[in-house]
Amino acid sequence: MSRTKGDEEEYWNSSKFKAFTFDDEDDELSQLKESKRAVNSLRDFVDDDDDDDLERVSWSGEPVGSRTRPGSFQSLSDALSDTPAKSYAPELGRPKGEYRDYSNDWSPSDTVRRLRKGKVCSLERFRSLQDKLQLLEEAVSVHDGNVITAVLIFLKRTLSKEILFRELEVRQVALRHLIHYLKEIGDQKLLLDLFRFLDRTEELALSHYREHLNIQDPEKRKEFLKTCIGLPFSAEDSAHIQDHYTLLERQIIIEANDRHLESAGQTEIFRKHPRKASILNMPLVTTLFYSCFYHYTEAEGTFSSPINLKKTFKIPDKQYVLTALAARAKLRAWHDVDALFTTKNWLGYTKKRAPIGFHRVVEILHKNNAPVQILQEYINLVEDVDTKLNLATRFKCHDVVIDTYRDLKDRQQLVAYKSKVDKGSAEEDKIDAILSSSQIRWKN
Amino acid sequence: MAFPHRPDAPELPDFSMLKRLARDQLIYLLEQLPGKKDLFIEADLMSPLDRIANVSILKQHEVDKLYKVENKPALSSSEHSMQVQSLCLSFLPSVLLQRIPVLVRAFGLCFLVRPRIRNMRYIANLVNADKVAGRTRKYKVIFSPQKFYACEMVLEEEGIYGDVSCDEWAFSLLPLDVDLLSMELPEFFRDYFLEGDQRWINTVAQALHLLSTLYGPFPNCYGIGRCAKMSYELWRQLEEEEDGETKGRRPEIGHIFLLDRDVDFVTALCSQVVYEGLVDDTFRIKCGSVDFGPEVTSSDKSLKVLLNAEDKVFSEIRNEHFSNVFGFLSQKARNLQAQYDRRRGMDIKQMKNFVSRELKGLKQEHRLLSLHIGACESIMKKKTKQDFQELIKTEHALLEGFNIREGTSYIEEHIDRQVSPIESLRLMCLLSITENGLIPKDYRSLKTQYLQSYGPEHLLTFSNLRRAGLLTEQAPGDTLTAVESKVSKLVTDKAAGKITDAFSSLAKRSNFRAISKKLNLIPRVDGEYDLKVPRDMAYVFSGAYVPLSCRIVELVLERRSWQGLDEVVRLLNCSECAFTDMAKEDKASSESLRLILVVFLGGCTFSEISALRFLGREKGYRFIFLTTAVTNSARLMEAMSEVKA
Repeated sequence: MSRTKGDEEEYWNSSKFKAFTFDDEDDELSQLKESKRAVNSLRDFVDDDDDDDLERVSWSGEPVGSRTRPGSFQSLSDALSDTPAKSYAPELGRPKGEYRDYSNDWSPSDTVRRLRKGKVCSLERFRSLQDKLQLLEEAVSVHDGNVITAVLIFLKRTLSKEILFRELEVRQVALRHLIHYLKEIGDQKLLLDLFRFLDRTEELALSHYREHLNIQDPEKRKEFLKTCIGLPFSAEDSAHIQDHYTLLERQIIIEANDRHLESAGQTEIFRKHPRKASILNMPLVTTLFYSCFYHYTEAEGTFSSPINLKKTFKIPDKQYVLTALAARAKLRAWHDVDALFTTKNWLGYTKKRAPIGFHRVVEILHKNNAPVQILQEYINLVEDVDTKLNLATRFKCHDVVIDTYRDLKDRQQLVAYKSKVDKGSAEEDKIDAILSSSQIRWKN
Repeated sequence: MAFPHRPDAPELPDFSMLKRLARDQLIYLLEQLPGKKDLFIEADLMSPLDRIANVSILKQHEVDKLYKVENKPALSSSEHSMQVQSLCLSFLPSVLLQRIPVLVRAFGLCFLVRPRIRNMRYIANLVNADKVAGRTRKYKVIFSPQKFYACEMVLEEEGIYGDVSCDEWAFSLLPLDVDLLSMELPEFFRDYFLEGDQRWINTVAQALHLLSTLYGPFPNCYGIGRCAKMSYELWRQLEEEEDGETKGRRPEIGHIFLLDRDVDFVTALCSQVVYEGLVDDTFRIKCGSVDFGPEVTSSDKSLKVLLNAEDKVFSEIRNEHFSNVFGFLSQKARNLQAQYDRRRGMDIKQMKNFVSRELKGLKQEHRLLSLHIGACESIMKKKTKQDFQELIKTEHALLEGFNIREGTSYIEEHIDRQVSPIESLRLMCLLSITENGLIPKDYRSLKTQYLQSYGPEHLLTFSNLRRAGLLTEQAPGDTLTAVESKVSKLVTDKAAGKITDAFSSLAKRSNFRAISKKLNLIPRVDGEYDLKVPRDMAYVFSGAYVPLSCRIVELVLERRSWQGLDEVVRLLNCSECAFTDMAKEDKASSESLRLILVVFLGGCTFSEISALRFLGREKGYRFIFLTTAVTNSARLMEAMSEVKA
């Protein structure tokens, strides 16, 4: 954002800034003189005008001391126009009468050299295809991308598309420059033509698809994505594009519906947890989280139900469980969390199973401030004893730690752990009871 | 701690001259637009400008007000389709008029910008709005570091060519520190390594030319990479054209080494663990300074801190492995306390002395110390939260090439949990480069999950990464590797080379594993690697990996050529673009021959700088770094990302 004057002053002058930023030495004047000398010596090579008899010119190629007149400088593109004499190049600095286009005499390599130095230079004399290509090759051979692009701008204006494309196809360096130039100036049409000509179908498709980023309106964006579906992407990307379209389509429906629900104020979940942002253009996983948060219990038939999303987008189990867990834990819906990991076998016994590993489950629950009882239950499901102890210690689930040491018959660790629980607490009593038990055969 | 330089280490040239040059050039240019003027500065140029000039200097040269050039539409730099354009046209001028009441006055307007198309459109909107309102003013555009024809083309198309005058401010070398010069061109990386645009090569050549003009010729030149070679050739041509400039001068800097970033992506993709690198990864050092937020300053204010050799505390810890820093700082704090405590037994005279001589220094040190301790704490907190230990373990496994499956599932989990998109992308790239591309099955499943977690539009990011060679899928042909290695056992090295070349021409392969083996990048460690007393450059990655880029520099300097490195060069796909050029008559003093300028095209990381500083101390060299920008893994990934935050 543009700053107001006050802001700007503050920005540039604030003291903490100044403290490190500027070296205002006392001998600035002498330094200035020194620098000036250096600049002057620099001028000799920055501004090597080959014509000695001309007036002294500045770095910009404008006469030093003379007032900067609008239109008093010229460039490649100026020189390309039909009226070469409308203004004379300052470095030629001759009276109008004497003007003639010296550039006519310049060879491709001279021309490229002048272009490289940022000087005005007419490309007009390069009319035959052979001359044009020679110029381009010369530009490529000196490696200066700016000059290559300058020549390409000229070629683009003076050659038909087909000829230009055909010649660039065998000149990859130049071709890359043209592609980048077209991207930068936003000449999407010519860019797509070029890709089509080169038979670079995938780039063509991606380039078209890229345009959706510039469309803000969700309906229009959706319609645009629809046009991308048939494009020649790789098989794999085609599926992604289709998914992108379907996702936005769903999001538009969900958004409209939920905005309505929220403003009506009748639905508890929206009242208790007002939405922070619209779901439009969010990634799939975020959408799934949203759906698990606001629409968890919905039947599969609705677009907003998590199960529907899971099926439509073939979300892997692991991803689904992870996301649902995070959403339900955030709502502190421990019952749902429980159900997420409960499976029944064919005999009807229930068993706890987590595709993501129970240690992960515990971490996510802890992040969502689950109470100790809940944490404990899941820590107990962690199979690896070390991981289990580690988690229980980290999250202060004393019972689990105590029971585990007891089961390990590790008296020393248990004694040591006593110092970590509160004096006079139930945990301390429990440790004392275990330590004094005659039933356990301690290993140490 | 803070290993001193060897007594025979050469002195560094004085680069502050570059600042003065740039400042005086700017003043000269401002004077080209006589009278009062408002100055519009591109955001990216503000920090560099800060380092060489201040407001009062600008005011002295009749700059009335300063504005930031806004390129609002939240789109990536390279995207300017028709929609955006029309959006700008209808949108910008009115907004600007509201915000900038000064436009009513008939001052000149000066624009200090990078040569970018969108800047031209911004300027055109302003100028055309003036035209509509019937205002006439003088306009000047100062391009830094140079103008591009494509930009002038836009000015012409927008009908304001001739209404504005154009100049160039060749400010392309900013000394960020006594041994670090930055071109401050982060876009170099994307422009060249993704788009293949060579527009900055001339800028590099000009910068090298300026250096050789000011500090004498470089008698020994080495380089690797296509861009390095082109820059070198163009620079040579410049020198020839301006014959005599550097002739007869005694060289101050004995060697120059040019290196393309794509020769070594791996190092740039690793998490940094030396202090300066870690500060950069955590807080982002921008143009040599960092914004420490309230969590560091332990006050309610943020503080902008310049990080360089002048900060005595920082300069002692910048190159240290993070694990040493905390201990060092607390020792330092204890010493400081002791010095403060001395005042207890003092009489009045001693106290007076203490206050006038020492107190200021102690206070300054105290301030710096508490800042860096705050930074350390904040880093620790953040890193513990993201389970840094686990991350580093995974990275090291990828570098060494074991537990690839575990590494892959670690990345997968990162993605599933929607941990930072940049972080996930970085790990995928690291996996890809160290493994010569991902197995198709993994590539597909990671990509799908990535798109699901972070947004489908990242399809474009994946396409970019593939083009740049950062994240690829193993081609079916790659399974030939086994055959290839068998064949190479049967035939001579040279023939094997040809066979591999034929294979690699299909897809440029990173060959990291083979290179790593050849160059001993993974040090064999018996027992614990002592990070307090590093034995090699691997300490910058906890002893697990010697940065490839730095190892190459080390080996070539040892040999003064690429001799014996043919195989490595071939594996790097650089057979055509590794070069050496030595001056015939060697006028270089032995001192200058131990000064080495290393040029990183596409950016270098603080870890690489620390590693080479270490090498310098070991061998009695001093390194000077010239980079197109200081970079790190996040910046590389962001440059490739199509969806800007």
